[in-house]
Amino acid sequence: MRWVTRRGVHIDRAATAWLIRRFVDAAAEFEFVAGPTEVAEGAIPFDMRGVELGHRSHGGHQECTFETVLRRHDLTDPVLWKIAEVVHEADLEDDRFDAPDAAGLDVVLRGLSLILDDAAVLAVTEPVFDGLYEYYRRAVLLGRPPA
Amino acid sequence: MSSSADRSSGLQWVLLSYRVPREPSTPRIAVWRKLKRLGVAQLGDGLVALPADARTREQLEWVAEEVEQAGGSAMLWIARPDTEEEEQRIAAEMAAARAAEYRAVRDQALAARTAVGLDDGAGLLRRLRAELRRIERRDHFPAVDGDAARAAVKDLAAHVGQKRRERA
Repeated sequence: MRWVTRRGVHIDRAATAWLIRRFVDAAAEFEFVAGPTEVAEGAIPFDMRGVELGHRSHGGHQECTFETVLRRHDLTDPVLWKIAEVVHEADLEDDRFDAPDAAGLDVVLRGLSLILDDAAVLAVTEPVFDGLYEYYRRAVLLGRPPA
Repeated sequence: MSSSADRSSGLQWVLLSYRVPREPSTPRIAVWRKLKRLGVAQLGDGLVALPADARTREQLEWVAEEVEQAGGSAMLWIARPDTEEEEQRIAAEMAAARAAEYRAVRDQALAARTAVGLDDGAGLLRRLRAELRRIERRDHFPAVDGDAARAAVKDLAAHVGQKRRERA
């Protein structure tokens, strides 16, 4: 499938692209556009205003696109929901979760977006999120941060 | 978003005009809290502004989305005050609001040095550092009082560290 999002990707879009490729559509191809009017027919837009896969209110709380995709695709893996907390705090900064890792990840993504184009940011962040997944997977299993 | 305005040009602002239904009040209050956290300039009833850059535009876009999902209406504008004086007045108001927040942090940090024990000091230090980060993120026209607040929190950190060593 073709998946489309806004140019100038940051944490929520980079994390969601990784989530889509790993857990929703292994053959996903990503495109970057200026806004919802440029989305080609048949492509699935995400993290844009007025689309299904964007920020949405759930149980009275605003959620980021990463969380919305988890809900829409019934992904209940606790490790993914742990990553969701980090992405949520980096993106929305509303102190809903205690996610001190968010600040560091936010800075890494902001730095990458200054030196790379969108496709390159996704390429670089893929192993970053793979690593985070493994880290939080072990943390969930151990019940404490892994060594 | 290469086509968007760069704040360093000092010229463009992103404006959000919005209307949220009076009831239910929960989403209306959530929107109000979000705008407060972003440090917007309140230009009028249902009209707020931030200096435009890729980040502030996106922040207000999502607030607009939240307003619409709550059954309200919202519209984003890229605009520019008619005169430089107007712009400076708005910027000064925003800086003054941040300055008051910085002073509150500084005062708490100074008071804590004399008033509290180690445990309170360490907890307060964490809270003040977090508060300082939140203020810095919405400090669009760096307020002078920021340095004093940062210095006071740094002093408190040294003080808490000192007391910790004394106990060890």
